[in-house]
Amino acid sequence: MPSLGADMEAGTLVEWLKHPGDRVKRGDIVAVVDTQKGAIEIEVFEDGVVDRTVVEPGQKVPVGTVLAVIRPDGAAGASLVHDDERARISPLARKVASELGVDLASVTGTGPHGAVTREDVERAAGRRRGVASAPPPSADRATAMRDAIAAAMTRSKREIPHYYLSTTIDMHAALAWLTAENAARPVGDRILPAALLIKATATALVAVPELNGYWIDGAFRTGTGIHVGVAIALRNGGLVAPALHDANRLTIPDLMRQLQDLVTRARSGSLKSSDVSDATITVTNLGDQGVDATFGIIYPPQVALVGFGRIAARPAVVDGKVDARPLVTATLSGDHRASDGHRGGLLLTAIARHLQQPETL
Amino acid sequence: MTITYRDAVHAAHREALLKDPRVFLMGEDVGMYGGSYAVSKGLLAEFGPDRIRDTPLSESTFVGAGIGAALGGMRPIVEVMTVNFSLLALDQIVNNAATLRHMSGGQLHVPLVIRMATGAGRQLAAQHAHSLEGWYAHIPGLRIVAPATLEDARGMLWTALEDPDPVLIFEHQTLYNFEGTLPDDAGPVDIDRAVVRREGSLVTLITYGGTLHKTLQAADALATEGVSAEVIDLRTLRPLDMATVLASIRRTHRAVVVDEGWRSGSLAAEVMARIVEQAFYDLDAPPARVCTAEVPIPYPKHLEEAALPQPASIVAAVRGLVGAHV
Repeated sequence: MPSLGADMEAGTLVEWLKHPGDRVKRGDIVAVVDTQKGAIEIEVFEDGVVDRTVVEPGQKVPVGTVLAVIRPDGAAGASLVHDDERARISPLARKVASELGVDLASVTGTGPHGAVTREDVERAAGRRRGVASAPPPSADRATAMRDAIAAAMTRSKREIPHYYLSTTIDMHAALAWLTAENAARPVGDRILPAALLIKATATALVAVPELNGYWIDGAFRTGTGIHVGVAIALRNGGLVAPALHDANRLTIPDLMRQLQDLVTRARSGSLKSSDVSDATITVTNLGDQGVDATFGIIYPPQVALVGFGRIAARPAVVDGKVDARPLVTATLSGDHRASDGHRGGLLLTAIARHLQQPETL
Repeated sequence: MTITYRDAVHAAHREALLKDPRVFLMGEDVGMYGGSYAVSKGLLAEFGPDRIRDTPLSESTFVGAGIGAALGGMRPIVEVMTVNFSLLALDQIVNNAATLRHMSGGQLHVPLVIRMATGAGRQLAAQHAHSLEGWYAHIPGLRIVAPATLEDARGMLWTALEDPDPVLIFEHQTLYNFEGTLPDDAGPVDIDRAVVRREGSLVTLITYGGTLHKTLQAADALATEGVSAEVIDLRTLRPLDMATVLASIRRTHRAVVVDEGWRSGSLAAEVMARIVEQAFYDLDAPPARVCTAEVPIPYPKHLEEAALPQPASIVAAVRGLVGAHV
């Protein structure tokens, strides 16, 4: 059971998309897991053949539990794993299984190291009798998501000493470049300002790495790439923040395509495990809602969140004269344990600078 | 009234000295100085030098003398400063005190009580801080007890003196300042049974002596995580009261033994072996142990703390056993 975000403790297996004997390669979707934040498609990181599935659909297991065993390509014999290791079944579980007439081969273990315990045997016996003792997948999705958001945000405000900065950015050059770029594009391929804002943020982070990563066990760890989590509001309430991986290396059109893809999949409930597990910073854009500026709460264990308000024509002084200019307020919520306001200021300034040269993004 | 463990041991001595004229105390510095741990302070003035006897620094000599006095009809209490120093009297304890009843075909018996401090936690370093009571618990012919509470500190001595055979009482050195209240009528207690100090349903924690209170703290911490832990105080290390331990495991199906001794060849190993022998089909997880790191007890505070079982390491061991319950 992969960790699909720092706040996830357990997940419920919804279905297997691959079965024993199926060949899988890195990146294949092998299963669907239900979490407090919705159903997530689980990718595999190994090439090989599915030897056996360990967890059954409907079962809720803690993060770190073995879901299935994959045999490396070329390894002979479907019983490789069984030969190496005797199944872990507690003595009490064996006794209870024989009393209840439960076939232990059909029981999935949830004890230490996946051992079969008395409870597992009793659950299996209950299921066979038609008594549904396994919890159904999130009966109330909205409540579960609310709980998850509440837990993460409470933890953030309890543990993270936030500092807040804001700056006003002139979007004239960026919007002019966008208008020219979009003129040559079919309607479906048009690029939204959000793509520029995200790219500018990702590019700016290269120079300020202490805002890109995690605060774990009392120390900052730099992210292994710049994976920008994009806050996406869901139609029935709640939100998710899946990541655009290596956003600083994406071209603007690629970034736009991936952003659209993420939004579509987030709202249809088909996010993948790699989408949701490793964002190194979050960007939230509430401009569409008419908000001038947003001062967000950091999503732990990340250490920064960049917010954008609406781009609107406002008076600004340009070349000594007041002019109507498209302005946006960019804000930074920073974790003061990991960085200081001075470095945070550099990030916002760099974002503003990159947005004056959209052609270089 | 709030009293200390030291007060309780002191009161037990007074009671014994008052009740039975055959009882006397001897050991290094027990008279003029009042005892290395101040247990016998004031007893010399009250009972005189015939009954509160300072001895030379020779454990073999004064433990041997205690055996002789017991054979001669007295009821001696011999205080040895620490378990480390008792090794100098090992020949007297193991080859004489423990064997004479058997070697004499029951003609002789040795109603001797030997008290000693054991354990670490007060930065007394490796020659004053080991937990070797598990070694003595290996020896047939001895009864080994470990009072961990005020009631037991107050009550075990008299019962030990009544035993016709040698009894060794191990007082953990961190317990002397332990405070609590005792009823006015507190008196002798049994030295046969283990006791459930805290009830629980998911795992049984088995311990004794100085680690009892750490184990109770761990159980409190586990309760906040929803893990209900039962805590058993063994009290008597030889003979072991396995009936109490096994009855608990038949309810909880999981066991963790917490022992300040070293893991290899330890009392914890014996307890665990008996659990596996006698409750195998009731176990829902492998039994686990929390013991002291296998090093001579370090002097620096942080290293000493790291070497000993602590509430956090006990909690971690339990988490490893209960799997998806946490």
